[in-house]
Amino acid sequence: MRVDAGPLAGRRPARGPYATSPALVGILAVVLVLSMIAAVGLGPVSIPFGDVAQVIGHRYLPGLVEPAPAGPQAVIVLDIRLPRVLLGTAVGAGLATVGAVLQAVLRNPLADPYLIGASSGASFGAVLVIIVGITPFGLFSLPVAAFLGAMAAFALVMLLAGGRGTVAPTRLILAGVAVAAFTEAITHYLVLTSPDKDVRSAMFWTLGGLGGTQWRDIGVPIAVVVAGTLWFWAQSGRLNALVLGEEGATSLGLEVGRLRRRMIIGCAVVIGAVVAVSGGIGFVALMVPHAVRLAVGGDNRRVLPLSALTGAILLLWVDVSARVLNRPDEIPIGVITAVLGAPFFLALLRRADRKEWR
Amino acid sequence: MTAVSLHIDELGWAPAGLSGVTLHVPPGQIVGLLGPNGSGKSSLLRCVYRSVRPDTGTVRVGGADVWRTPARDVARQVAVLTQDSPADLENTAEQIVALGRVPHQGPLGGLSAAEHRMVADVMRRCDVAHLAHRSVTTLSGGERQRVQLARALVQEPRLLILDEPTNHLDLRHQVEVLRLVGRLGVTALIALHDLQLAAAACHRLVVLDGGRVVADGPPPEVVTAEMLREVYRVDADVTSGPDGLPRVALRLHDACGAPTLHT
Repeated sequence: MRVDAGPLAGRRPARGPYATSPALVGILAVVLVLSMIAAVGLGPVSIPFGDVAQVIGHRYLPGLVEPAPAGPQAVIVLDIRLPRVLLGTAVGAGLATVGAVLQAVLRNPLADPYLIGASSGASFGAVLVIIVGITPFGLFSLPVAAFLGAMAAFALVMLLAGGRGTVAPTRLILAGVAVAAFTEAITHYLVLTSPDKDVRSAMFWTLGGLGGTQWRDIGVPIAVVVAGTLWFWAQSGRLNALVLGEEGATSLGLEVGRLRRRMIIGCAVVIGAVVAVSGGIGFVALMVPHAVRLAVGGDNRRVLPLSALTGAILLLWVDVSARVLNRPDEIPIGVITAVLGAPFFLALLRRADRKEWR
Repeated sequence: MTAVSLHIDELGWAPAGLSGVTLHVPPGQIVGLLGPNGSGKSSLLRCVYRSVRPDTGTVRVGGADVWRTPARDVARQVAVLTQDSPADLENTAEQIVALGRVPHQGPLGGLSAAEHRMVADVMRRCDVAHLAHRSVTTLSGGERQRVQLARALVQEPRLLILDEPTNHLDLRHQVEVLRLVGRLGVTALIALHDLQLAAAACHRLVVLDGGRVVADGPPPEVVTAEMLREVYRVDADVTSGPDGLPRVALRLHDACGAPTLHT
């Protein structure tokens, strides 16, 4: 927000501590596109960026771009890397947006779907549907089951943390840890005892990964993340008011209970769609919105779009690291995000704790 | 800002023990709401700004029942200073103040140039202009209180509800905040603990005890030794000052001649 009119313009520093330029969105969008091209090129087999651009360009704009030399490169780019990169972009954007929304809705700087058990609930729902083998909603069965699992876990966490309104940050985390441990234990048991070959490994559901992504996997999560992110963004003015707390937001004319319920259901839908295809990737939803807020302040009208872009960029590079650090094997994505995120989380926890005791 | 009337009739809300509360406030009157802890002051205020729905009775602002009016329309007339503090999400003071425009905007709407000027002007009047770009969580309790007051004023209320607005404020800012409210010309309902300050700042005082109105009238008639004994269960000497307002001296010790505390 810019206030340079008014009688006080001279007395005040011309600029706040926060970056305000809308150009930031443009810069990040460019970085995202470059990161996507780079991420398609990088992996156990490296492909020069120019070739990546040429292969993709020829595939989608055959009239404008010359065909690339024949070889395995086209197959790697089009059938293996490109769907994976597109999915990674959606997963990163979705997780970061959900984190920013949950933090605003719960008025809790530590809220992260992974830390509060929603991701574990989603994994549980997905695994259950695969093992039972009932798919009433066809292609949507997996995300729907994951959504229901996330909602159930979330409801349980709120119940245990003891409040429909604002809960102390650390209390929410403790309840989340308990629920996550419990649902993860059941998920692991189901996975380990199932003869079903379609069930992905316990490691996937706990630590996440984008390996083996097929074109048919990515349509639903990308559609859900795009729709969800736009919808959340349209609500960002109201999300801002929630920072005042239940009473304050009510006095600004918001139906706080209804807004909160809608937002939480929206978050669970996105978490369900994302976790069903990428497993449990932690800390992205925690780190990205905080980093963005430190840079641009707490206005959700800016925080949400910038978080989506930053989350997508972060996840792309984390996925690249997952592919190249231990080649030819892959590292689960959650391993890398935890290494980055755990110290971040501890710093935030300390800050939240100090505030509570003050 | 134009003032609006407030009519509370036969209001009851069991969880706070409120029953049969009737209070009619004409436009522009400043009413101080007094009473011991747990007497139902905050709950009565909540019923007025639509945070809790009373079991019985009605609340009308400018003649319109607040529970039959869309929340947003009520928020365009009624602004509230609550005792909550904002969450720790890197919000600047200026951004919190600007939230007062939410009831006047669409979901994505930014501020117009006139609204920017208004935010700056109100922040100056509330003595928080120099804090505009600070994160609210780094502010002191008194600074935060003034930021919240600025937020309420930016809402352009016709009825202002203040729940202990002088909380955390030093003497100078207590006086300034109440003086500011007095100059706005809007109707105000203010929960206060400091009897002497309330008497000086309000046209009329209302005392709640056990969820009922036990006294209602001009400050000198309400703040009396009997009221202090019966409602607050404290002994005090109440004298009349040269301005005609009550002076309260609490007796902390039983023996005569022991030190007294002037509130």
